[in-house]
Amino acid sequence: MELNLTRRSGRLAAAAALVASAALALTACAGGDTGGSGGDAATDDLSITFIPKQLNNPYTDVVLGGGEDGAEAAGFAASEVVGPLDASASSQVSFINAETQAGTNVLVIAANDPDAVCPAVEEARSAGAKIVGFDSDLNCRDLFVSQVVAKDVALVQLELISEQIGGEGEIAILSATANATNQNEWISFMEEELASNPDYANIELVAKVYGDDDDTKSFQEAQGLLQAYPDLKGIISPTTVGIAATARYLSTSEYKGQVALTGLGLPNEMRPFVKDGTVTEFALWDPAQLGYVAAFAGMALADGSITGEEGDTFDAGDLGEKEVGPDGTVIVGPPTVFDADNIDDYDF
Amino acid sequence: MSDTNTSTTLTRASTSKTLAGEPKGRTGWDRVLLGRDAIMVYVLLLTIVVFSVSIPRFASPVTTGFLLLDVIPVLLLAMPMTLIIITGEIDLSVASTAGLTSAVLGVLWQSGVGIVPAIVLSLGVGVLAGAFNGLLVAAVGLPSLAVTIGTLALFRGLALVVIGDNAVADFPPELNQFVTSKLGATGIPTVMILVLVVILVFGVILHFTPFGRGLYAMGYSKEAARFVGIRVERSKFWLYVAIGLVAAIVGIYWTLRYSSARSDNASGLELTVIAAVLLGGVSIFGGKGSIPGVVASVLLIGTINYALRLGRVSDVVLIIVTGALLIISVIIPSVSTALARWRHERRVKQELPQG
Repeated sequence: MELNLTRRSGRLAAAAALVASAALALTACAGGDTGGSGGDAATDDLSITFIPKQLNNPYTDVVLGGGEDGAEAAGFAASEVVGPLDASASSQVSFINAETQAGTNVLVIAANDPDAVCPAVEEARSAGAKIVGFDSDLNCRDLFVSQVVAKDVALVQLELISEQIGGEGEIAILSATANATNQNEWISFMEEELASNPDYANIELVAKVYGDDDDTKSFQEAQGLLQAYPDLKGIISPTTVGIAATARYLSTSEYKGQVALTGLGLPNEMRPFVKDGTVTEFALWDPAQLGYVAAFAGMALADGSITGEEGDTFDAGDLGEKEVGPDGTVIVGPPTVFDADNIDDYDF
Repeated sequence: MSDTNTSTTLTRASTSKTLAGEPKGRTGWDRVLLGRDAIMVYVLLLTIVVFSVSIPRFASPVTTGFLLLDVIPVLLLAMPMTLIIITGEIDLSVASTAGLTSAVLGVLWQSGVGIVPAIVLSLGVGVLAGAFNGLLVAAVGLPSLAVTIGTLALFRGLALVVIGDNAVADFPPELNQFVTSKLGATGIPTVMILVLVVILVFGVILHFTPFGRGLYAMGYSKEAARFVGIRVERSKFWLYVAIGLVAAIVGIYWTLRYSSARSDNASGLELTVIAAVLLGGVSIFGGKGSIPGVVASVLLIGTINYALRLGRVSDVVLIIVTGALLIISVIIPSVSTALARWRHERRVKQELPQG
């Protein structure tokens, strides 16, 4: 009987330990909670939350850095960044739900799928939130802030690769995920242009592969491409993770300098590969400006000075006045081409 | 478990003498109120109370709705997964089966097949996928870990073949609304009724039928189970068919809830499901576990995730918390087992001093 009691208390103690450790972990986490996001939309108490495609992506970090600067400059009382660790569409939904419940006034979202987030976004909207899309569009937003005109991005990458391979030969594309909205849009513009522009008549797109914006997978896909297509002259990687992984593979392989690589990359990540001759030129916009403009667009929507109609204009702080174009899209600026001469001028 | 300890230790000592006062395990209310399942429920309730107090806006019907919508896929898959792990097998291909189902549903709907036949055909795809696993594991006798690692890749690959890099999104809006609709003001999603039916079906099968008792026997010893007349192969085959069907239901739910059929739907979900099942007290070696414990565990993980997200805690912390919980849940029973054995051996030594 006595033993029975000690066994029982042992079990209870074990349960208590489990509970205590869980509670400890939870209170420690809850300690970082913010208090500033009220539900009422008084202009001086507005909150903004950025939901990127995924966290811990160097490109996204720069966009979000700009976004937080913008949020502060635009006068938001609180700004938050939340998001999933994997770039899947459905994982964003629970973050949107949590933000809806938290009563956030402006949601800035880079959608992993243009439709999958919409039921949740509609709920946020009906609760009074304004929705700004950035980086990758969604079919249910008030405004979309685009880095550049999608077609320009596609064309600049084609121009670069054509120049680097001398206008003829086999090329391949190493993209992000097979469903990524913006990458697929650029790729379809590239395919159209390759088919219709006589300058590119001798360039053949032989493969499209997907590195899923995962460094290792992209590296292996690059390796696979070069094995599968021995005559490959160039690779376009319209994603920062993909181009960095491909450059790393090329720089240590026999193909260094033989196979051209271009696409969209971060100067800080690409600097060594430009210096060692693996990559001659690549393109990108200044991602920080994207987040910056998105924050100001959010403020203009939230304080009611614009509704997202074509022709609306709003002040975007240091970047001057921006105008809402067709289809509720705001363009930040033209893409920049980086090469050995100018890459040291940029730090992101 | 105390029985097995007793017998192994006693083979070294005297077999003719029994130890007085050695409990044979809890009975009656003790068993219900102090068992591992009950502890999971207490931890769940306590967690909910802690969050309701510490996280603003957590205590509301909105939470119930969003939280349940989030955990439904895991909850559904955890049911047949519990049965499979109890038999000592595993299925890693469930998330890929759900993805394949989602892709098939999308393509069928886009090609003009009505929504009802499309859903029925998609369920069929899930059943076929499960039957394929079942055949390889039960009939051919291959190890389920190897088979389902293979089909994990195979089914995801087939999903990509079926739908490619497209996403089908234009499902009937009424259907999307139905999936996310709530029962009145309770915040409980309507589809929870279906989920409850699934939980009840698997709970009754496992705990109240000879078939269910047979699954535990198979988990302890396949050979012994066969000798007492349990149809091991047939049982396993049907379990895989069942999990295929449930995975298909999850695929359809996922497609309609996110109104998007894509090849990467539900990717990575298998590990979440298995983690929840193990946290719920199911032994990875088979032979041990219960449905109530698993249900509480799924809800516990879901609650922690949702609350921390609402508290804007980074996902990095979330996966660390989930991982730590899983480790703790594995460590605590083994520590208490070791303690019990140590106490028991000390008693044996005291009562049998000759050694």
